[in-house]
Formats: sequence, C-alpha cells, structure tokens
Amino acid sequence: MKKSKQFWPFIIVAVLVYTVVQILISNGMLNQFYSNTLILIAINIILAVSLHLVIGITGQFSIGHAGFLAVGAYLSAIVTMKLHLPFVVAIIVGGIVAALAGLIVGIPSLRLKGDYLAIATLGFAEIIRIVFLNIDAVGGAAGMQVSHLTTWTYAFVCLVITIIVIVNFTNSRHGLAAISVRENEIASDAMGINTTYYKVIAFAIGSFFAGVAGALFSHNFYIIQPSQFGFLKSFDILIFVVLGGLGSLSGAVLSAILLTVVSTYLQGYPETRMIIYSLVLILVMLYRPKGLMGTMEITDYFKLWRTPKGGGQHGK
Amino acid sequence: MENKPLLEVKNTGIQFGGLKAVQNLNMVLNQGELVGLIGPNGAGKTTSFNLLTGVYVPTEGDILFNGERVNGLPPFKVTRKGISRTFQNIRLFNDLSVLENVKVAYHSLAKHNILSSVFRLPAHFKGEQEMEEKSIEFLKIFSLDKYKDELAKNLPYGQQRRLEIARALAAGPKLLLLDEPAAGMNPQETKDLMDLIAFIRDKFDLTILLIEHDMNLVMGVCERIYVLDHGQLLAEGSPEEIRNHPKVIEAYLGEEVHDVNA
Repeated sequence: MKKSKQFWPFIIVAVLVYTVVQILISNGMLNQFYSNTLILIAINIILAVSLHLVIGITGQFSIGHAGFLAVGAYLSAIVTMKLHLPFVVAIIVGGIVAALAGLIVGIPSLRLKGDYLAIATLGFAEIIRIVFLNIDAVGGAAGMQVSHLTTWTYAFVCLVITIIVIVNFTNSRHGLAAISVRENEIASDAMGINTTYYKVIAFAIGSFFAGVAGALFSHNFYIIQPSQFGFLKSFDILIFVVLGGLGSLSGAVLSAILLTVVSTYLQGYPETRMIIYSLVLILVMLYRPKGLMGTMEITDYFKLWRTPKGGGQHGK
Repeated sequence: MENKPLLEVKNTGIQFGGLKAVQNLNMVLNQGELVGLIGPNGAGKTTSFNLLTGVYVPTEGDILFNGERVNGLPPFKVTRKGISRTFQNIRLFNDLSVLENVKVAYHSLAKHNILSSVFRLPAHFKGEQEMEEKSIEFLKIFSLDKYKDELAKNLPYGQQRRLEIARALAAGPKLLLLDEPAAGMNPQETKDLMDLIAFIRDKFDLTILLIEHDMNLVMGVCERIYVLDHGQLLAEGSPEEIRNHPKVIEAYLGEEVHDVNA
C-alpha cells in the first residue's frame, strides 16, 4: 500500500511556506498589515474549502455559511473571554459547536433541493445572527470584545489540517459517495448509498471548519459584531467557491487568495472599491465561465495526481 | 421452481391523488428466472419498477423479497437487500470516470469508516484497494476496462447502457431490474445486449426482470412475460402464449375488427 503521491510534497510545500513567512514576520520584514492579510487569507481559504465540500463535492447549494462562521466566532470568544480557557480549546469548541449547529440545520433542510435549500440555509444563517444580536451576554449589537490571539502559526496549522481532512475525505469511498449525490441523487440512492447521511455529514464537516475559521476570525480583530456575519459574508464565501470552479479544491484556494488580496489592496480606494471588485468577478466569469480552475485540480497540471474530474482515485 | 419465490408482489398498487397508476399487481419471480414486463406507453411499467425499488411507497398491497417485506424501505436499503436496477433514461454519474461509476456501487460493500479515511488508517487503504480491484474485474467482464479512465458522459450510447448494467450488478443484487435496456440501440447492439443479459444471468446466478419495447428482445430471451395495461395486469405467460393472447393483441394493435387490409 503506497502512500498517496502528493501527500509528502504537500507537507513539504506547507512547511516551507510556513517557515518563510514565520521568519519574515519575526524579522519584522512583514509588518502588522501584511501578516494580518496573510492570516485573513488563511481564514478565507478555510472558509472556501469548507464550503467547497458542501457545494462543490456534495452539490448542496448552501448560502448560509456565515451562520456557522458566527457560531464558531462567538462560541470561541466565550471560551477565551468568559471561561478564560486556552485558545486551542476555543478553536476546537468553536468547530464542534458549529458542527452541531450544522447537524441541527442540515437534518431538516437537506431534504430540500437547489433553490429551496439555498433559501432555507440563508434563513437559518440569519436566525443564528439574530440570536447573537439578542443575547446581551455577548454584547448584542454593540459586539463583544475579544483579545487578539490569532497568530500566523494558528491560522496556518488550522488551514493545513482543513485541507488534509477535506482532501482525505474527498478521495475515499465516502467522498465518492458524496460526489455521486452531486452527480445524480436518484442513481446514487439506487446504488445503495444513504444520500441523506452523506449530505448531512458533508454539511457537518463543512460547518465544523467554518466554526474553526470563526474562532480564528474573532480572535484576529478586537471586536466581533453580529453585523459582520450577515448574508453578504455568506455570499463572499460562495463567491470564492464559484469563482474557483465548482468541484475544484485548489480553485477555491486560489480564488480565496486572489479575492482577499484584491479586496485588501482596494481598501486604499474606498470610493471605487466595490466597483473594481465587481468588475474582477465579472471578468473572471466572462473569460472562465466554469471558474478559475473549472473542475481541474492544480495537481492535474503537474501530472502528479491523476484525479479524474471531481476527485477520485488517489492513495494508489 | 417449487421452492420459495424470490420476489412476491401481492395486490400491490399506488394511487397519485385520484389516479390509480398501478393496481392489483400480482407477480411471482422465482430464483434464476428471466421475466419480461411489457405494455403500451403509460401502462405503469416504470411505476411498477419504482414500487419494487422503494422510490414509491405502495398505497396498497405488499412486496416480499426473499420472504421479507420491502415496501416502505427507502431505495438505498432495498438495494442493500439485493434489488438493483437500471433506468429508462440513463442515469450515470456523468462527470465521474467509468471506473468510479462502478466503484460507487461497491460503496456499501466496503466497510472502512470516515475516520479511517480522514486519518488514512490501514483500513482505508485496504478497503479502497479492494474496491478498485473488484471494480476493474467487473469492467473486464463487460469489456469496459479499456475505457476505465474515460468520463462516463464521453462513452458512446451503447456503452453507457452497458456501464449502467455493470454498475447495477456491482451493487451485488440477487434481483436485477432492467428498464428498457435496449432503448435507442441498433439491431446489432440489441443482439449483443441479449447475449450479455443471458450471460450475466448464468454467471451471477441472477433473477432478472426487464421492461422492454423491443418485441424481438423480449420474445427472444424471456421465459415468462407479464403484460400491463392501464395499470393492471392484462396477461401472464410464456412468450408464445403472450403472442397469441387476444387481450394483448388488442392492447397493442387495437381491437381486431373485420378486415385485414385496414
């Protein structure tokens, strides 16, 4: 049994990226602004990849991802600020509670399909936001103060774990079952696959990592407010996935990097920011209607990873 | 033929609102039989298949498979009990490779769980390896192995039909339901398909129920035929009996009135 071919190269690249950035940060060559942007990129990649599992792999069109981000953000903030537990515990708690929220939302709503599912998830995300808005213990609309604990190390380790878990899930019989649900739910059912189970599992795993991202997100600013988790945030995440190419994990990663950089850079031009951002989206969709990567993975280009479109045999 | 029937359909029917799509359906399939289900368009053939596979829950009657009630079970559980099917309009996983299409069907036979896959434990590699080897063996039987990395949607039509049958077989059924397997095939492909159906029945010790419009195919391979019309069983018997059955002729050709040169 050979190990997967791309696993060690991936780890080596990850360690290299981490070390270089960490050295640059500790040397002071990357100032606060840049290191914050890098952390933001990592958080956005986690969000994009976790939603990719739900939309790109399992084919369930959910636009309520910000709701699970909010759950992770608030719960982890409570753990560090009110219970004074370490940040690592907060990240795990944020993820687990978000996954539970995902189960609660997913079990009833994943019976729906397409547009109806989208609306239901959007509604649930709004409910979650309104709940936090009305709990005084977490500051209500004014928000909650959170200490700055997220570092490049935390963000990067979470990112690597997210990618490994989601890639491993996708490239197994379970991932194949999830993809078969996306491809043709009726046939998948007829092949003996418990489609509801896989939809719910994918949704829960996606929510878990959204919660992890939420923990990193809340501890990266000094304050969190319910208004940060509105449906526009959900759409931001959705855009990462769609722009990257539905079904392509590396596409989601690339577009999360690209769009985070574009929007950070454009903060200097507040008047034209949204116009340029929108133009970028329109241009990409015009010239790459299937997203940046289509359904290809970046490794397909290197011929290291002969994954048929939509994930597949690996570990051989 | 004397032992317990594999499938027993007792007075089964389904009603959609006021419409009785199928009613009083009675069928008995014995182990190893190859049975045809024919009838004019809209007679309720595919609806019957949907009843057998759990897509629809019958509003009346019972379906016993191996003596066990299967009506009311969700489709995936019915498949795991040993009833697998193909579809009238091909439902392959288009963007997956031919190999992966078959692997999906092996899914419920593999045992490694999600955690072993996420952490890449030995059970994962063993399970995946086994699925892959079995799937390739399967493709060889259907001589589809040369296409194994091809996307399913890029296969020629006839091969897609074969792949769908291969996939249904990979799920390990005792009873295989084929919904118009020869639809859209040319005579040569139909001929090959007939041979294939006879071959897989012997090879896998299967019982097969097939819906078909192509009379040659039905008369050629089936040992027994059920005829449906307007949701009701019209006739049952050997191909010869069915061919000469007055009600069947009536349903297919219209009433036999007076002249020949009409």
